[in-house]
Amino acid sequence: MLTKRIIPCLDVKDGRVVKGVRFLSLKDAGDPVETACAYEKQKADELVFLDITASFEARKTLIDVVRRVAANLFMPFTVGGGIRGIEDIRALLNAGADKVSINTAAVDNPGLISEAAKRFGSQCIVVAIDAKKIVDTRSAKNRRPSADKWEVYTHGGRTATGFDAVRWARRAQDLGAGEILLTSMDYDGTKDGYDIRLTRAVSSSLKIPVIASGGAGGKEHFLEVFKKGGADAALAASIFHYGEYTVGDVKKYLRSKGVNVRI
Amino acid sequence: MKAKVAIIDYGMGNLYSVRNSFKSLGMIADIIEGPEKIFSYDKLILPGVGAFGDAMEELTARGFIEPLRDFISAGRPFLGICLGMQLLMEKSEESRGIKGLAVIKGQVRKFSSKLKCPHMGWNKIEKVKKGLKIFKGLGQDVYAYFCHSYYVLPRSRQAMAGRTDYGIKFASVIKEGNVYGMQFHPEKSQEAGLKLLRNFIELC
Repeated sequence: MLTKRIIPCLDVKDGRVVKGVRFLSLKDAGDPVETACAYEKQKADELVFLDITASFEARKTLIDVVRRVAANLFMPFTVGGGIRGIEDIRALLNAGADKVSINTAAVDNPGLISEAAKRFGSQCIVVAIDAKKIVDTRSAKNRRPSADKWEVYTHGGRTATGFDAVRWARRAQDLGAGEILLTSMDYDGTKDGYDIRLTRAVSSSLKIPVIASGGAGGKEHFLEVFKKGGADAALAASIFHYGEYTVGDVKKYLRSKGVNVRI
Repeated sequence: MKAKVAIIDYGMGNLYSVRNSFKSLGMIADIIEGPEKIFSYDKLILPGVGAFGDAMEELTARGFIEPLRDFISAGRPFLGICLGMQLLMEKSEESRGIKGLAVIKGQVRKFSSKLKCPHMGWNKIEKVKKGLKIFKGLGQDVYAYFCHSYYVLPRSRQAMAGRTDYGIKFASVIKEGNVYGMQFHPEKSQEAGLKLLRNFIELC
């Protein structure tokens, strides 16, 4: 049986791993290679590197980080953040990344998904979706029960796109995405758990795997997103970085609750 | 004497990580883009990601088809990884009408549409044939990283060395004489994967 994946996410800025709370008070948290290897020892199933500096100069630093990580890591890793086009993707894959995650560029130009999938294969194209619940603003009296809806945001959550998250995920799949990295903007940073309804809505309408992201604060949140949300993988950052739990702790708990994980 | 190993580059995917995993094992593998010096190597590795039909076209365009078959029939060890394993078969549902290398009898099929596809992530390898050198030193629970939408169905059950459960139990490791195939990515499967690669180079 295919196991559920646990994926730590590392924010990288100017070639270093940083920790921050909602993009504020960033603290240096070490060398990306050392951090990656520590997670490999914990039996993380994959790693995601998110480049949070997007300046041109910083791209060269990122490529160097990717190269150093790839030389020392023997598990799949994804690199995302600031990818604009085919050349960015090629540079990252050539440096040794296994997958790239594209977000804003995919919304601006959906053809990039199909072009990238055709050139490099669907298996290495992850489409990242930042989604926020659409709140019904009509008064409670007039409110009729309606299906949950989420809107897609780009530019690190700053720009509303008018895209429906479920429909966009399906379109990304049809264009050739190999996987969807789905982040709930409502739950991200709260540590209250993943957005189960969002995850379920997207996962149940797709044939490709969905990585749930945003909100992990305890072991039981992983259980919930796998059992109720139908996620294929769960991504988390702070819960692992601050040493509250190791990946192994979470996996042991999940296995004791009947979730199939690699230990 | 150390075995001379070559990885075949035919434009189907990145060979960086396969080569890098050999480097970490203290072994050197050359990357070759043409068949000219094929017989100066003891072992060959055929990796690859992408579509079956495209891959056969690339191998044909680079003149690899007959030299690879000759290498294999000369009894030298050969390892196909992921798509490279599928290419060893006669044909694939992915690219109808295209002939594979056909060094192992059987075909390549698509997973049931009821399953999430690709089959992506870590799954267990059950050793069907015990005592094979390729499995030496591996424990009971062997997990490897998979990423594929099609699986190999060898005609002879004897060719199935290891199997994995994804809706059906498919052949995740095949072995027929000197020919080996791994459906997963050993170069991305941490210690277990590196051990399999080391076994192929040192023992097979």
